[in-house]
Amino acid sequence: MSKVDLSVKIGDLFLRNPIMLASGTVGYGSEISEFTDLNTIGGIVTKSLSLKPRKGNPPQRIAETPAGMLNAIGLANVGVEEFIKSKIPFLKKFDVPLICNIAASSVEEYVECTKILTSEETIKAFEINVSCPNVKEGGLQFGNDVKAVGKVTEKVRVATSKPIIIKLSPNVSYISEFAEVVKKEGGDAVSAINTLVGTTFDINTRKPKIFNINGGLSGPAIKPIALAKVLEISRKVDIPVIGTGGIMNWKDVIEFMIVGSSAVQIGTLNFIDPTAPGKIVKELVDYCLQKGITKISDLTSSYLIDE
Amino acid sequence: MFIIESPIVEKKILQDNVFLLKMHSPEIASVIKPAQFLNIRVSSESYPLLRRPFSVCDVEGEHIYLLFNIFGEGTRILAGKSSGDLIDILGPLGNGFNLNDDYETAVIVAGGLGSAPFPFVTRELNDNKEIISFIGGRTSKDVITYGMKNVFTASDDGSSGFKGSVVELLNSKIEELQKKNIKVFGCGPTPMLKALKEFCVKHNIVCEVSAECAMACGFGICQGCPIESTNNSEKYLLVCNDGPVFNVRDVVI
Ligand SMILES: Cc1cc2nc3c(=O)[nH]c(=O)nc-3n(C[C@H](O)[C@H](O)[C@H](O)COP(=O)(O)O)c2cc1C
Ligand code: FES
Repeated sequence: MSKVDLSVKIGDLFLRNPIMLASGTVGYGSEISEFTDLNTIGGIVTKSLSLKPRKGNPPQRIAETPAGMLNAIGLANVGVEEFIKSKIPFLKKFDVPLICNIAASSVEEYVECTKILTSEETIKAFEINVSCPNVKEGGLQFGNDVKAVGKVTEKVRVATSKPIIIKLSPNVSYISEFAEVVKKEGGDAVSAINTLVGTTFDINTRKPKIFNINGGLSGPAIKPIALAKVLEISRKVDIPVIGTGGIMNWKDVIEFMIVGSSAVQIGTLNFIDPTAPGKIVKELVDYCLQKGITKISDLTSSYLIDE
Repeated sequence: MFIIESPIVEKKILQDNVFLLKMHSPEIASVIKPAQFLNIRVSSESYPLLRRPFSVCDVEGEHIYLLFNIFGEGTRILAGKSSGDLIDILGPLGNGFNLNDDYETAVIVAGGLGSAPFPFVTRELNDNKEIISFIGGRTSKDVITYGMKNVFTASDDGSSGFKGSVVELLNSKIEELQKKNIKVFGCGPTPMLKALKEFCVKHNIVCEVSAECAMACGFGICQGCPIESTNNSEKYLLVCNDGPVFNVRDVVI
């Protein structure tokens, strides 16, 4: 038996370790399962689901930038119904908490999706995406508006008794105001952060490299911003935070936990090394043993800041 | 599909800015098919961050070959590697050409770096089918005929072979080609593939193309590589998983 307790709790959601796979970076689990044993990770978050299937944006959808990438996938997904029919049976085979991420273009659609999915036993929690920068409706239209985020949280809260996590946008001045309203309206936790709005142009053609013009920036380039946002929330609001943004290795995980994360999500790294999540879990054990840490959850908000 | 590190055994400069890397990779060599691809991480640093897709150029015993030019930071780093360096490979990825259908003559049509998958195609078809290769580029420097058989070249400026596009060259041979039972295999820049599709549809010729697209993962998890399907307008196909090889009639180019 491992002498280190890696388990963490996010509200009522119990994870065997703090490593989750981020929405939109592992599809619905099947491809990544060839590289990382899903039974060894803390949780898997689905690609954002909407009520009806979405085709997503035309190409080009991605562009590489220094230490990061821009994406404008446009929430391409199979829709709630098809997800239940063809994706859940595969995910059921694993002993891993399944968190369904939902993206919608109206409060009613968020509620409708949650109601349909909540009866699926395999689904252990919901992550509500109010922060996708790549769609015209929904997405940032909600994510930038404290009242709208409050409303979505309130209504989804009524639709399910399972834990709800609101995934926040970093494209705001004070992210803690959003975490505050999530807490007030009965949300269990927040995920921070989704991608940052960015763009890139081809200097020869003078055209945007991405069809959508703007995309969401992810990868190591955004890590310092993500850390600052997590820290801001953890210092101002008493709500569990799932830290996300630019994690490339176990050290980044520790750093995210120190600034206030109860758990973390790995995103872009899955594209580069899909074996990384499993490896990081093992490396966290080594780190804890070396540092004499018996419970990894003790790291959460363990920052030392001289006031 | 694996992630492995394979050592470079030889690096060659074939012509101006065209590199050939030979790697010892028995795991991949034993399973990969022509026009499947490898997603390669050229650096363990954060820049360049993403892997880069490369078509397998050839397979010889336990060795695999890649053909590329210096195009950006990733390929510049790759070109700077030397014998003994380990290359981090994710693959084999994608579907590959269907080489074994019912046809007698394989007509290869490649533009620029689109020549990359054809040495392997040529090797695999050897003896089973007749091969005619039409290879184009902007100038003679961009016409890559390495590892190919029965070659006709075209260049925009006339510095190599036919003056004009490779599809115009193909068109000039249509009467001869129509006497044969042919299948066209194409790879190259999008405008070339577009012209090739038009040509093949017009002349009722079977054609598979290997499409190109920016990719992040290469194995279906990012949704970064859509291509419009002609059969279902509700849903994109993914170049990495559904392709990179498509029947030219199944996709909008
Ligand atoms: C290609 C891509 C697609 C994404 N799709 C979604 C999505 O559908 N829903 C969502 O909530 N976040 C999505 N994200 C955001 C990630 O879940 C994560 O918040 C963000 O990428 C930052 O983490 P990272 O730097 O580790 O990638 C996506 C990110 C990428 C790179
Ligand atoms: S490159 Fe990621 S899905 Fe095709």
